[in-house]
Amino acid sequence: MSETTAANAAFIRVFKQYGGIFLSLVALCVIFSFMNGRFMSVANFLNVLQQVAVIAIAAFGMTWVILLGEIDLSIGSIIAVAGMVAAQCFAVGLGFAPTFVITLLSGAMLGLANGVLTAKFRLPSFIVTVATMGIYRGLVSLPTNGAPAMITEPTWTAIGTQSFIGVPIVIWFVAVLFLFNHILLSKTRFGRRAYLTGGNREAALYSGIKVDRLKIAIFMISGVMAAISGVLLSSRLFSAQTNAGMSYELDAIAAAVLGGTSLAGGVGTMIGTMIGALIIGVLNNGMNMMSVPYFYQLIVKGAVILVAVWLDVRSKQAKQ
Amino acid sequence: MDTSGNAAILEIKDVTKYFGTVAALKSMQLSVMPGRVHTILGENGAGKSTLMKILAGVYQPTSGSILMDGKPYAPANPQDAARAGLTIVFQELSLCNNMTVAENILATREPSTIGFINDKALTRKAASIVADLKLPVAVTEKVGDLSIAQRQLVEIAKGLSVDAKVVILDEPTSSLSDNEAEILFEIISQLKARGVAVIYISHRMEEIMRLSDDITVVRDGSYITTRDKNETTIDELIALMVGRDMDAIYPARDVPAPAMSAKPVLGVDGLSRDGEFENITFDVRPGEILGFFGLIGSGRSEVMNALFGMKRTSSGSISIDGKQVTISSPVDAIDRGIGFVTENRKEEGLVLSHNVEANISMVALKDYSGAFGFLKRRRERLAAEAEVKRLAIKTGSLQTIVGSLSGGNQQKIVLAKWLLTRPKILILDEPTRGVDVGAKFEIYKIIRQLAAEGTAILLVSSELPEIISMSDRVVVMSEGRATATASGDQMKPEKIMSFATGFVS
Repeated sequence: MSETTAANAAFIRVFKQYGGIFLSLVALCVIFSFMNGRFMSVANFLNVLQQVAVIAIAAFGMTWVILLGEIDLSIGSIIAVAGMVAAQCFAVGLGFAPTFVITLLSGAMLGLANGVLTAKFRLPSFIVTVATMGIYRGLVSLPTNGAPAMITEPTWTAIGTQSFIGVPIVIWFVAVLFLFNHILLSKTRFGRRAYLTGGNREAALYSGIKVDRLKIAIFMISGVMAAISGVLLSSRLFSAQTNAGMSYELDAIAAAVLGGTSLAGGVGTMIGTMIGALIIGVLNNGMNMMSVPYFYQLIVKGAVILVAVWLDVRSKQAKQ
Repeated sequence: MDTSGNAAILEIKDVTKYFGTVAALKSMQLSVMPGRVHTILGENGAGKSTLMKILAGVYQPTSGSILMDGKPYAPANPQDAARAGLTIVFQELSLCNNMTVAENILATREPSTIGFINDKALTRKAASIVADLKLPVAVTEKVGDLSIAQRQLVEIAKGLSVDAKVVILDEPTSSLSDNEAEILFEIISQLKARGVAVIYISHRMEEIMRLSDDITVVRDGSYITTRDKNETTIDELIALMVGRDMDAIYPARDVPAPAMSAKPVLGVDGLSRDGEFENITFDVRPGEILGFFGLIGSGRSEVMNALFGMKRTSSGSISIDGKQVTISSPVDAIDRGIGFVTENRKEEGLVLSHNVEANISMVALKDYSGAFGFLKRRRERLAAEAEVKRLAIKTGSLQTIVGSLSGGNQQKIVLAKWLLTRPKILILDEPTRGVDVGAKFEIYKIIRQLAAEGTAILLVSSELPEIISMSDRVVVMSEGRATATASGDQMKPEKIMSFATGFVS
């Protein structure tokens, strides 16, 4: 008896937290399936997940950063840098494993630069990452003078094109990284400290949390997540493009904010961000299936974000 | 009270102000004459600022009446007050740092034609105001480039640039050096000569005796008396200011204070930080409650922040258990067994948007996590539950958001998060500020219990009765220096207040 009430209470809590956006997601799915019979199918669902993978993984990293009350606008550029680093590694004859590691390390280093400039030089992260967004984007073109670089390494391209136990490898990436970030955020000391620091930096400092180090680590996570997004994108495109990932930071921010991450810091979950990314994916996919012109898609996406965030703000004000 | 023929310009009758159920002012009286300096004297929290905010139109009185120039005066906002001829110069600086002195002085009253500001006229007008007041600043300088003292003078110039009948100066000298204070005193005598009434608030007794014509003493939100400067003494004023009985609100010690021969757990020797405090020396034994008293700006909190590694020191040494230590960050301080309940619990103590449990386990989180930093949620919950019970924290559940709790319960949560670390030395900076009487008593009991268990306590407070009743000894600070360490017979309000005001009788 008491177990059922406990389960009920837990259900109510989860529903209160995610009910709004989850219902939005369901509503979108219902609308799109009425408009197009092919929408509601396992094949299309996997399709949506595959399309959303690059954004979702970048959005996991973005969630950490926003949770801390900061922002990382450079992730779109890091996605492109990662692809180019991989292409160059293969060009000099490195194999899959070392290339993969070096690509992720490049993301970590670019994130480290963002973190050090923000934490140690005390510059606002908005300004830092606007600057590094440009710098990193410029770096992509250095090796090839702006030309795309082909990637033909079979294992690399398999990531974006092959399946494992009937599920595209890309989706395995999303699943594993979702679990990793979700557990790190909700079950460990590191995650708790991120929440506390995002909620009140001063109080965290007075409580003995090494706030600067934490901030740098989180920018590095954001860089690595963006680099993994870059791996998926380059493997799907069979190449590194200098304009890859352009403006993906905005979709990643939108996914995190739709999922309930507060731009003021201290509030947010990976589950929310995953649902937020799915909403963006479903919108893109559904409108593509209905052949809505691209410019209308932009308008609809913008409007959906405004409405979702407005509903969220309103429900939080009502609570207070 | 002075009633030498001319009528009062400002007359306050029976003004009472309630915040919720708490009376901040009880039937306050004040009668201010034109051309005279009227000082309001009282401890921190006696009701001075509430009274000034009512006069400035920031608050409205719950009952009572105010007459200005014989007409009813009930400003709904600061603009009303200014229109009626009342100017207030606040202690906190309210200038725009990235604008020039001239732009600040004439803010919202810039000389302009159809909305375009006439820069030359602006500079000229501001320059003449500054010259009249003989201020040592150039009007074209950015306020951000000025010293704090110069900014305070600009603030005063801004206040005096409108023709006022009543001018309120709230602790104007707290950030001024002697030279700059002289400039201010000169300005005040000019104002008096023009027939302006000046309401003056300060804690510096000598300055008060020099400037004032009339002195009104307030205590606990009530009017005590008004004296002519020539008919009173500093000693009498201090006695009037602090004279209250300290009855049962302070629990007595049930374990005797440690002997002075016991080995100190914390020793501080000659600690200094440029511009904030100088040559601070004290020690504290396990189980001892060492009070720190001083008026606002005396440097107490700065010393505590330095001890906790939040501020660097320029000289001096700190030793714990007889060994000299370097504390350069809160992490160092916590590792060495120091806890710090800061003065501003909302800013530095709590994460208001998070729940009770996460706030309580915040500092001791390492004890509630295992391999790879995985949290031991069950142990964490049990520990938080135990603290909630021990400190009688009134909260719906451990999941309740801390921001929704009362001030007293919030303060207990800050205490709880430090108690979980079992500190050897606990710094309490204004632990009962903004806390209701019931919770105050409970916090005092907790402090007593901690001391009985052997925790060394540094109790910082600007409430004199609290300091005297709770502490075993009191370090008195004034303007960045420790002026005395009171113990035994010296633990009297008059004595400590005179050390704190820098006036030793």
